[in-house]
Amino acid sequence: MNEIDFLNWVRGTGLQIATIIFVAGVIIRILEIFLLGRKANLAEAKGSEMKSGLRTIITRSVPLKTTFQRSALTVVTGFFLHISLFVVIVFFAPHIFFFKDVTGLYWPALPTQIVDALTVIGIITLLVILIRRMNDKVLRFLTNGEDLLVWFVTFAPLITGYLAFHRTILSGPTMIGIHILSVELLMVVLPFTKLMHVFTVFLSRWYGGAISGYRGVQS
Amino acid sequence: MTNDNSTLTSKNDHASLVDTLASHGVSRRSFMKFCAATASMMALSPSMVPAIAAALENARKPSVIWLSFQECTGCTESLTRAHTGTIENLIFDAISLDYHHTLQAAAGHGAEEARMIAMEENHGKYLLVVDGSIPLDNPGYSTIAGISNYDMLMETASGAAAIIAVGTCATYGGIPHANPNPTGAVSVGDLIKDKPIINVPGCPPIPVVITGVLTHFLTFGSIPELDHLGRPKVFYGQSIHDRCYRRPFYDQGLFAETFDDEGAKKGWCLYKLGCKGPTTYNACATTKWNNGTSFPIESGHPCLGCSEPDFWDGGSFYKSLSMPTENLTKTAVYAAAGAVAAGLVVGTANKMKKSKVAASHERMTIDDLEK
Repeated sequence: MNEIDFLNWVRGTGLQIATIIFVAGVIIRILEIFLLGRKANLAEAKGSEMKSGLRTIITRSVPLKTTFQRSALTVVTGFFLHISLFVVIVFFAPHIFFFKDVTGLYWPALPTQIVDALTVIGIITLLVILIRRMNDKVLRFLTNGEDLLVWFVTFAPLITGYLAFHRTILSGPTMIGIHILSVELLMVVLPFTKLMHVFTVFLSRWYGGAISGYRGVQS
Repeated sequence: MTNDNSTLTSKNDHASLVDTLASHGVSRRSFMKFCAATASMMALSPSMVPAIAAALENARKPSVIWLSFQECTGCTESLTRAHTGTIENLIFDAISLDYHHTLQAAAGHGAEEARMIAMEENHGKYLLVVDGSIPLDNPGYSTIAGISNYDMLMETASGAAAIIAVGTCATYGGIPHANPNPTGAVSVGDLIKDKPIINVPGCPPIPVVITGVLTHFLTFGSIPELDHLGRPKVFYGQSIHDRCYRRPFYDQGLFAETFDDEGAKKGWCLYKLGCKGPTTYNACATTKWNNGTSFPIESGHPCLGCSEPDFWDGGSFYKSLSMPTENLTKTAVYAAAGAVAAGLVVGTANKMKKSKVAASHERMTIDDLEK
């Protein structure tokens, strides 16, 4: 297999396989949550589930003062990483061309320099997160294989995308091919790991808020 | 190119290159300019110019046998016509092209005899140029004078000093090799392992690359440095994208959306229209075509990636590199429908099981506890 064969494979068969696993995996995981069912709550409702749920979706994005004081680095790197990933994935022109091809939807791209800078921020942030995880005794104790896998599949598309854009280390087709392959790896891993939070984050925030709302307590 | 007289003979055709050039009215000054241009094109030191000139002046016409297999003659057209009247073309006149079935006047047995004579007289010294792919499924798919392409290649290659595979078909199999490859087409490199092979891919390749390779061979008696795909690094060392004059637009995120929109008129990047410049290594953006007039991107058309293997099988030419080659929407919809169906079936089965268990549940009474 030469490098163009490899590129054609990741853009063709590879992407098809990854998409099937990704789409089916995400849907089954979400259905699993909904179809599991909950026991009817026999207690009388003391407030609105919906109102509290929706409010919690927003308020959970703002860290509590005490939380921030206790783990400022986690909060800051978390923000940087998620903003970086969102902008890089959604607002880089070639990515928009991909989404347009698959969904038909199209939106304006951000200038490449901004996307480039945010990629670097994302890469640095992920390195800081890993270094901290490895140097903190408690975090290291809590770290399992899945955590490292999740870190790797997030880091790989960022670093390979950066190298492909700057056209270094390997030839153009190889680097772009590796980048697309790393995204396919992410797509395959995502539904079955904690990366599933991409789709469940607001659902679980709402649920947490709804429980409190039903009981009439602050969430 | 060769004339009728030289087709069948190579014995009396050993005038030096510089004599031939002089007879074509090419001055020494023009000749030196060509040497300097070739040196710079091939990234050689300026001190090499006299060496190139001396080598070319003293060079005896090397015998060249040109075999055409499963091809469209576009490579020959490109090499003979694109630079008509230029000094590069005269370099072709100055080699002894002993066999080329498109260009030679001889036909039938006479033509084949010319090949046999050239092979015999210059055994181990002649250059073999091949364009077109070789069918392996059935020898009858492509024959010349009743000889299969495979047999002719193996026979002629055995006495060659080096082989130049011209065009994407000879280099990687090209269009005949495209899926589903009905003739079982393979490249020269797939069959010949014991001879130096210089791959000059492109559909067609740039003429000046051929003269550059020939000049290198005449000057140094060796083949130029090749990349991992057997291509001369001096011409295929950089991608179209990296040398493209529209690159700043890519970097700024300015893309032509269609072939006639404002972006296209302003000459913005053609990435979105399917340009394969980022994955294609060739000299189009620097040497250009038609006597340095332009190259496809300059004419407003995206690069097709014709100098890369399997460029025909990479999906639509007009889909950008970041787009899937196949229909991903359909796959995603089918996968989603399948997942929803499977999820609902499993979910319903679980619910039924749950209610069944609930229905068969026996309540415990005080009496039961007292037992």
